[in-house]
Amino acid sequence: MKPISKSVPKIDHCAKTRGLAEYVCDYDATGMLYGRILRSKHAKADVLSINLPAMPEGYDFIDHRRIPGLNRVHIVQDDTPVFAERTVEYIGDPIGIIVGPEEREVDRLLACIEVEYDILTPEFDARKSPVAFFEYGYEKGDIAIAFAHADRIYEESFETGRQEQMYLETNGMIAEYAQGKMLVHGTMQCPYYVHTAVAEATGLLPEDVIIAQDVTGGGFGGKEDYPSVLACQAAVAAYVTGKPVRVVLSRREDVEFTSKRHPAFCDIKAAVKDGRVTAMQIEAVYDAGAYTTMTPVVLQRGVIAGGGVYSIENLKVKGEARKTNTVPSGAFRGFGGPQMFFAVEMMMSHIAKDLGEDPLDFKLAHTAKLGDATSTSGMHHFNVPLPAMMDEVAQACDYRRKKEAYADQQGRLRKGIAMSAVYHGAGFTGIGERDIIKAVVRLRKDKDGYAEILVANTDIGQGLSTAFTKIVAQELGLPFDRVIIKLPDTGRVPNSGPTVASRSVMVVGELLRRAAARLKDEWLDGEEQVIEERYVHPDFMITFDIDKFQGDAYPTFSWAATAVEVEVDTFTGDIRILGAWGSYDIGTPIDENIAVGQMEGGLVQSLGYGMMESIAAVNGRIRNNSFSDYLIPTAVDFPAVDVSLHVEEYPEGPYGAKGAGELPLVGGAPATIEAIENAIGVKLSKTPFLPEDVVKALY
Amino acid sequence: MPAGINFNLNGNEMLYTGSPEARLLDVLRDEYRMTGTKCGCREGECGACSVIIDGKLANSCLVAMGSIDGSGVTTIEGYSKTARFAALDKAYESVSAVQCGFCIPGMILASECILAATPHPTEDEIRTGISGNLCRCTGYNAIVKAIGIAAEEGDGLW
Repeated sequence: MKPISKSVPKIDHCAKTRGLAEYVCDYDATGMLYGRILRSKHAKADVLSINLPAMPEGYDFIDHRRIPGLNRVHIVQDDTPVFAERTVEYIGDPIGIIVGPEEREVDRLLACIEVEYDILTPEFDARKSPVAFFEYGYEKGDIAIAFAHADRIYEESFETGRQEQMYLETNGMIAEYAQGKMLVHGTMQCPYYVHTAVAEATGLLPEDVIIAQDVTGGGFGGKEDYPSVLACQAAVAAYVTGKPVRVVLSRREDVEFTSKRHPAFCDIKAAVKDGRVTAMQIEAVYDAGAYTTMTPVVLQRGVIAGGGVYSIENLKVKGEARKTNTVPSGAFRGFGGPQMFFAVEMMMSHIAKDLGEDPLDFKLAHTAKLGDATSTSGMHHFNVPLPAMMDEVAQACDYRRKKEAYADQQGRLRKGIAMSAVYHGAGFTGIGERDIIKAVVRLRKDKDGYAEILVANTDIGQGLSTAFTKIVAQELGLPFDRVIIKLPDTGRVPNSGPTVASRSVMVVGELLRRAAARLKDEWLDGEEQVIEERYVHPDFMITFDIDKFQGDAYPTFSWAATAVEVEVDTFTGDIRILGAWGSYDIGTPIDENIAVGQMEGGLVQSLGYGMMESIAAVNGRIRNNSFSDYLIPTAVDFPAVDVSLHVEEYPEGPYGAKGAGELPLVGGAPATIEAIENAIGVKLSKTPFLPEDVVKALY
Repeated sequence: MPAGINFNLNGNEMLYTGSPEARLLDVLRDEYRMTGTKCGCREGECGACSVIIDGKLANSCLVAMGSIDGSGVTTIEGYSKTARFAALDKAYESVSAVQCGFCIPGMILASECILAATPHPTEDEIRTGISGNLCRCTGYNAIVKAIGIAAEEGDGLW
């Protein structure tokens, strides 16, 4: 490990253990109005009338007619309304907001509002939906020839579920409008996303809108797009009433009405010649829900992952995101990758088994190598360390011995083990960093020699403020306490881009390192200095063509090998995780504890995605909206996961760092499902797989 | 009707005269402005609102004020002044067990209850002891490790 990797106390540690960190729900609400959202009770309907109860003094109901700006929440596109105008598109679609000084009275009034609907016919099945929001695809090689010459052709369909981020702190915002200035603060990943949205919805000039991040209790993607929606609603209410407005979602509201991981369906047709896969044709459908939110970018990432970590000469991939009348799908750690990798990993394992080869050996034989073309005909510019990592994991979990020992089981309890290989492309897809994000960072040194980091990236628990501080302190040769980082607000910090796509350390961290190096060179004692750095696109990249999906979609990749061992009770269907092992290449860890913590937490979330976490939507209604019926892993569900770091330095990242946060979520589900499959001896094709699914599969 | 509910909060004698059906969580946060106790669900499922009542870990969202008359309540604001806290705090810090932090005040109080009952717990005992406190960030490894470290380093405190 490099010196920078040596762990330090996290800079947010003390405030958090003492209960002193101030989350949005912790602000004193004296003098504020409480806001609650009136939501559609139908999946698709026209709102004919809204009948309000007698409103006491100081209480108000605000709907689309009183929005001062544009009734749109700008996310990637502008289709999400702040409040529905006529047609509501999912159960929970916001119709208006009721505000007032007493929370209980606001709740009572909300319950008394009568909405008259003309019910329309909703669509719940993405596969049948006639509305494709987005369609992307690409080809390389010639699949027709490959299929014509194939020894064997395999076809299969895979399905992945709707996963909820379930951060411990629910979404919440406080909006204050005074003297022509709008301040909105709350829990969020991307202050500048919220800034653009609030300026548009309020009609205020961008310079009159300030968005500030409060201490954020987890995000995992769930606070990438949704905070823009809630901030617009709170800001409109604050604008109209002239009073500060606080909206903090209840747990059930948050689970039911905020964006989740896209459910997906993936059909794969594969050609095999001489025991090796020569072609894949992949068609995926992602369920976007009612509005587009982050879907175009999620789908791009999913489509690019076609073919997984393997060099497949002939590839044709098509992905569609279709509209359904369900809660919008959005960003969740992995961001479209987990769905596609699940399908490809299961497909590879199934083909291997049919050919009589161990899936691990089969996968190793197909793994991409340095210099190989990527799925989009870009290039693997850097070493692909997967073979070594897969070997490390195989040793750690005793893969080969267990595989043999579990080959022929007859008893009630049966064990299985499996390994997956995945990547996560670090940073924005394609030329997004260069043409859309255009990150700017600043370092400000004051007269006393303190350096302040000015960036819009947020510490949402992942340790980013500590990582940034380490990078700047190391480069400047200053002790940590001479480097300052505060919660970002758009009035003070430049737009260094959103906290998404595992980009913050690799892209923004490198800009900070360069700024610190320059500051060190230009350092003048006793003077204030400001150093600015702007994103520079790596010149080695093959320019990505977003229309054709050709070129380098990512500058580099983070790699993961994940093994899972299970024991299945064939009487009850109960699935027990006996162990989970992961080797992760995120380049140089900026802090070993933080990096390992990210990998452990992400791996456990991915085990949840594999065998536990399932949002059930029946006719557009989410049936499990609480911790008691949407189960996330507790401390007793799994044994300690076994995580190791495999360092393949990336020369363009700070000290060799690559993307980290999302990687561990990608590989757990396919390893879990294949382990269950190996235990019960039934071919499986969906995640999550729950005890009831085991019983259905066996009997 | 008695004049109010008497209870001890972090060593201070309190007289609460509001509704006995109010939730302890809301009284702590809204009336006493002690916001270290977090609200994750208001349904007794997540453990973010854990406090210690008469030595036992409790979800304060499910505790009616009427039920704590004569009891002793410890929240993170009080507990963070103790030597035991200092040992746990240092242990959590040493393995970077705190990520988003929203579960952490409750998790620290759960850790106290584990060590108060079993000064040298096994990994299973630690895991069982925090099984009512959900953490979405860490996967629990670091927290479990931290409690084990506190037990060793803080030997004699419990």
